[in-house]
Amino acid sequence: MTVRERLRQNISAAFYRHGLLCASYPVPIILFTSASILTCCYPLLKLPLPGTGPVEFTTGVRDYSVPSHGTQGDLGERPDWYRGPPVAYIQQVLVKAAVSPWDSSLVPVDVFRSPLGRVFSLLEEIRDHVYTDRSLESLCLQVTDLLPGLRRMQSLLPEHGCLLVSPGNYWQNRRDMFDSDPDILKTVHQHEPKGLHTSATLKDLLFGVPGKSTGVSLYSKKRVVTYTITIALSSYDARFVASLRARLKQLHPSTNCSLREDHMVHVHFKEEIGIAELIPLVTTYIILFAYIYFSTRKIDMVKSKWGLALAAVVTVLSSLLMSVGLCSLFGLTPTLNGGEIFPYLVVVIGLENVLVLTKSVVSTPVDLEVKLRIAQGLSSESWSIMKNMATELVIILIGYFTLVPAIQEFCLFAVVGLVSDFFLQMFFFTTVLSIDIRRMELADLNRRLPAEAGMPPPKPGPLRPREAPPPSRPSPHTITLQAPAFRNLRLPKRLRVVYFLARTRLAQRIIMVGTVIWIGILVYTDPAGLRTYLAAQVSEQSPLGEAGLPPHLGVAPVFPGGDPTSTLNVLPAPEPTPLPENQSQGHGEARSGPAPLTSPQITWGSEDEEVWRRLSFRYWPSLFSYYNITLAKRYISILPVIPVTLHLSPQEAIETRHPQDTQHAPRTSAKTTELQADLTLYKVAALGLFAGVLLVLLLFCLYRVLCPRNYGQNGVQHGRRRRGDLPCDEYGYSPPVSEISPLLLRGHSMDIECLANDGMLLASCCLAGQIRVWDAQTGDCLTVIPNNGYELGFGDYSLLGPEARNASTPIMDNEHPLRRRTTPVRPALFGDQPDLTPLIDTNFGEVPPSQMMPGCGFDFGELVERAYKEHEASPPLPFPPSPPAARQRRRSLGDQSVAPPEQVLLAPWDWDSSVWSMELRGNLIAAGRSSGKLELWDAVEGSLRCCNEDGSSGITALAFLNNRIVAARLNGSLDFFTVDIHKPLGLLQYRGPPGRASLPPSPCYSSEDVISCQLTRSVQCAHQKPITVLRAAAGRVVTGSQDHTVRVYRLEDSCCLFTLQGHAGGITAIYIDQTMVLASGGQDGAICLWDVLTGSRVSHVYGHRGDVTSLVCTTSCVLSSGLDDLICIWDRSTGIKLYSIQQEVGCGASLGVISESLLVTGGQGCVSFWDLNYGDLLQTVYLGQSGEGQPVRQLLVLDNAAIVCDFGSELSLVYVPSVLEKLD
Amino acid sequence: MAEARGLSGNGVALRGPYISMITNHTTNLLIRGGMLFVVGVFLALVLNLLQVQRNVTLFPPDVISSVFSSAWWVPPCCGTASALIGLLYPCIDRHLGEPHKLKREWSSVMRCVAVFVGINHASAKVDFANNVQLSLTLAALSVGLWWTFDRSRSGFGMGVAVALLATLATQLLVYNGVFQYTSPDFLYIRSWLPCIFFAGVITMGNIGRQLALYECKFVQEKIHQD
Repeated sequence: MTVRERLRQNISAAFYRHGLLCASYPVPIILFTSASILTCCYPLLKLPLPGTGPVEFTTGVRDYSVPSHGTQGDLGERPDWYRGPPVAYIQQVLVKAAVSPWDSSLVPVDVFRSPLGRVFSLLEEIRDHVYTDRSLESLCLQVTDLLPGLRRMQSLLPEHGCLLVSPGNYWQNRRDMFDSDPDILKTVHQHEPKGLHTSATLKDLLFGVPGKSTGVSLYSKKRVVTYTITIALSSYDARFVASLRARLKQLHPSTNCSLREDHMVHVHFKEEIGIAELIPLVTTYIILFAYIYFSTRKIDMVKSKWGLALAAVVTVLSSLLMSVGLCSLFGLTPTLNGGEIFPYLVVVIGLENVLVLTKSVVSTPVDLEVKLRIAQGLSSESWSIMKNMATELVIILIGYFTLVPAIQEFCLFAVVGLVSDFFLQMFFFTTVLSIDIRRMELADLNRRLPAEAGMPPPKPGPLRPREAPPPSRPSPHTITLQAPAFRNLRLPKRLRVVYFLARTRLAQRIIMVGTVIWIGILVYTDPAGLRTYLAAQVSEQSPLGEAGLPPHLGVAPVFPGGDPTSTLNVLPAPEPTPLPENQSQGHGEARSGPAPLTSPQITWGSEDEEVWRRLSFRYWPSLFSYYNITLAKRYISILPVIPVTLHLSPQEAIETRHPQDTQHAPRTSAKTTELQADLTLYKVAALGLFAGVLLVLLLFCLYRVLCPRNYGQNGVQHGRRRRGDLPCDEYGYSPPVSEISPLLLRGHSMDIECLANDGMLLASCCLAGQIRVWDAQTGDCLTVIPNNGYELGFGDYSLLGPEARNASTPIMDNEHPLRRRTTPVRPALFGDQPDLTPLIDTNFGEVPPSQMMPGCGFDFGELVERAYKEHEASPPLPFPPSPPAARQRRRSLGDQSVAPPEQVLLAPWDWDSSVWSMELRGNLIAAGRSSGKLELWDAVEGSLRCCNEDGSSGITALAFLNNRIVAARLNGSLDFFTVDIHKPLGLLQYRGPPGRASLPPSPCYSSEDVISCQLTRSVQCAHQKPITVLRAAAGRVVTGSQDHTVRVYRLEDSCCLFTLQGHAGGITAIYIDQTMVLASGGQDGAICLWDVLTGSRVSHVYGHRGDVTSLVCTTSCVLSSGLDDLICIWDRSTGIKLYSIQQEVGCGASLGVISESLLVTGGQGCVSFWDLNYGDLLQTVYLGQSGEGQPVRQLLVLDNAAIVCDFGSELSLVYVPSVLEKLD
Repeated sequence: MAEARGLSGNGVALRGPYISMITNHTTNLLIRGGMLFVVGVFLALVLNLLQVQRNVTLFPPDVISSVFSSAWWVPPCCGTASALIGLLYPCIDRHLGEPHKLKREWSSVMRCVAVFVGINHASAKVDFANNVQLSLTLAALSVGLWWTFDRSRSGFGMGVAVALLATLATQLLVYNGVFQYTSPDFLYIRSWLPCIFFAGVITMGNIGRQLALYECKFVQEKIHQD
């Protein structure tokens, strides 16, 4: 037991380390695995390709001996099957006979009647041939009955005797029957099957040459009859065969024949699979696929299910290939039928381990690092995997000891396959899994964001100005951009490759080409198939091939067949004189019209050497199968052919005529032959035309299928929107097609400073200190919280200097903001800005608080503040290079940090200083004021619910999470407040439709509640320098400061978890969300991604010249904008910059992500929508009527996919209807 | 789920009326029986083809030429038997109170079927030295099949019982001359026949249990919905 435990621990530890290794170096390991797979599969190249064509092997005749059965004496290239005696030795006698000289008195039947008649004497000669008391009878292959199904052929094929096949079989080898046969052609053709036939017909069988080249036809051009007498010998007697050859040659010399006689060809036939044998095979494959299907269906909780399924199948298949390759490397050539045992091997090896691994890894805690997850998953399943593997090996070992060769071989393969499968699982699949898990982790982080709120129906937003509608403005219009000019520049190379692959369907085409090549190889390796058929066709068509070339060159005639006249033009025929017999050199036969009486010429070419090649490769198997002799996995030896030339005189032909011959066949003129040639030509032409049309149609269909894009007008848009086949689009986002009209929210008199939203409500605060609460869906203004102090100050209006009066007058008049900006006071204020602040502060400090009018003191302070804000709000006008708002604001805050702490004294009266920060949760608005006061307002009723004045320094940033408020102050301290609700009635209402129940509760504080806000903890020196950014999510509070550090606090106990150092400048932007993605950007233009759990830096990139002004993360990328007005999109996992978008001047900071693939940016009076995946500009929506509009300074993405951007004193709500559709 | 049913050639879609039909016990029983019958007939046809190719069994000659290469009564018999066995297995499980826990998923069932076909294949195609060796190998394979995919005592007992009964029935059939084996070595039949029967029983039982699982699921869902 202890041994077992120790073993278990060791195995588990080893797997853990292995998992770490695999997840740490995925790419090298995958490369290594691929290399080893390829190495192991290399021996497979030597295995023959699957195909059923026969295989040949040629040996010399002279030193031939029957090959032995044993494997010893391996003679190099000698194939495996060449063992033992063949089924039969085939001796063919090729007879070419012609009536010559041709006489005009002869009828067409004479072409073949008398030559065919000579077969009987030849047969007799062969049968009677005796060489030293050996006759054919003793040597030939004795056959018995024909198969029962071939009864109708009984009279045609030999039975119970020698297998000797010749045309004479048509007439039962009896001359008298032949002579009395009135119509030879009918006899020959009556056994031909109708329609198409692929295998050998009876005519092929008996004649031994292809039907067309027999010359048994009324329209034969050459008037030469060719046929073979095929003798099957059961044993080979060299002397007998030689004497037969010599005898026949002596009797019928063919002088111009120089056929090679020194080679015999052994033809090996493979097993042919019939339909009946295929059915079980197909069944096993169906079961196999069902198994694979059901197995891979269980893969779950991963990023790409299909990818992993593919990896699993690849693992199993390549392990099989490896096992076959390894076995053949060590000399174990597979004798089993690979296709048959393959499914069983797959089933034995199985996909189980792969699934178990996946499940185990997936079930590890999600918040761990990927490496650790893989390692843990591996080690937890290690014991069961090892146990299963051992069990399987034992079972296979038992199988090996059954001592049945077939099972032993199967077991050997299975063992090697199992081991290689284990290897691949451990290295290949684990690595793929780690990559997948990592991808999913990144995707998962953003998916776990709070779900979108219950979607309101998309509004066809007409302009609905709520307050003071200026009648002069018509509704803002929308312009849809056609094709952005810089769209195509921005795609990263990586994506382009993927798009290229998807667009051109490269993979499909490669597969198609591969199939074509494979078919080509099959045809090429199939010796008796198409190639020889084509060669035969060509040589038959071409008259040059017959005669023009000296036959001993051994060059197959390859001249294309054409019409004879054109050939004649090239090679003029010799004068049509009757040629003498036995002329040594053949000439082309001139068969053209003027010379109809040319004598037939018998020629011997190299194509006659192996006449059987021109027949179907099923010729021999079908011949033997008639006698129930199978050639599958056996071979026959074909001896060199014996040529026999027969010349018959016209008299002989006339003598052998049957009485009906003359009236039966009318004289055929040369015209008919020519006509037929023409007809063939026309047929070929028509066929070619038809094939061409078909090809064009096919190509057209292919084109439509592959490129269904509309290349015409609007093509760009269509092409871009048809992204169903692009792999990147997993989110189903389709860009907005409908017009988007913005909804304007008006009412603020001055520029809007703070914006806050919680999905349903929207709160805005302008420089005048007025807070307005809007319904984020309808755009109705719900509440107006006026700045009480302002009204107080208004009473003392006359006490102020002229500057202040100047400044406040236009505000009260509710004039257009632009006009207000042109007041002469501002430039003066801006001009001496550095001096002004201390001056004013000093003034306040000097005045004793008790004597000071509260309104006066406030008004002045507010004025200064306003001056700063105004300065931010309109940067482009005074400063052409335009440092955007964020930076300026930080600067100014930094300047102010040196402000003396005298403001503490002002605090009690300063209850309406300007609002610096605002947050909205439930229906509570938390407002942080410059005086350091924290106020809680009821958003619906507009009443002040609570006020906390513990702090003195101005609140620069607020975070409101659950019932806690975190406030960052100007002096670098961080205060944590708790909001307590004392319910008199214990009622806690929830606002919103019931569909929102899944959201984090945003409790509605009813008016009866007594709300108190208490400072729970104050971190005095959270940062050495002012806190610039404060973000809170997922129970963490993250602060960024000008002291170059980022700090992470826990919300519950205000405990500082990490101080993240890595920036070389002040922090200007921070992003954190529910899934604890933390990104920070600094003044140095660097962007850091942090792991909030460990506090380690994940990646660090430099992206901007100048400050990073805002940061957003999505599942796959990080978006950053900088002072250089550039929006950069980074790949989140690798930190590679995908592309960047040049923004309009001054609008760099405004960006938001609506969905995974939709980015919205602000511009001069407009917002633009971008496709995040491709960097395409989808649409630009103009917010105002005129194009000159102000820059969009802030951009907020609401839960209901609307955008709020403040430009000037107006807010604009833009709904993106298509996003809503998508989320449905 | 829908795929599984589609695969079994029944095409029961997951729609409202169908669910109610499936949850109805008798209908469900009929559906399962039908599926098992179809599977049994199919396997019988295919495996018979294997045997006939190797001339293991001899049927009257005029039937051989037909596509269904055995006598007409063989597939229905096999189908009925498999339906019975497939329905009986979950019943026994329920009555014995030891529900089948091992690897209850379709991929495992498919693996089991594949091994079963493989055993048949081996019995038909692999050339063994003698019959004892063949029978022993197949017996080991069958027990291995049971160990890998079943491991329940009830399954084993049922398999052995059915195998004995079926062997007896075959003996009687052959004795009465309905058909015959080419080279009988165990009275009138081949000695590996019980092993094949045993493996077949295990396989069909597996399928039947897997099908019954759906009924349980549906019933549970229904209870849940109510």
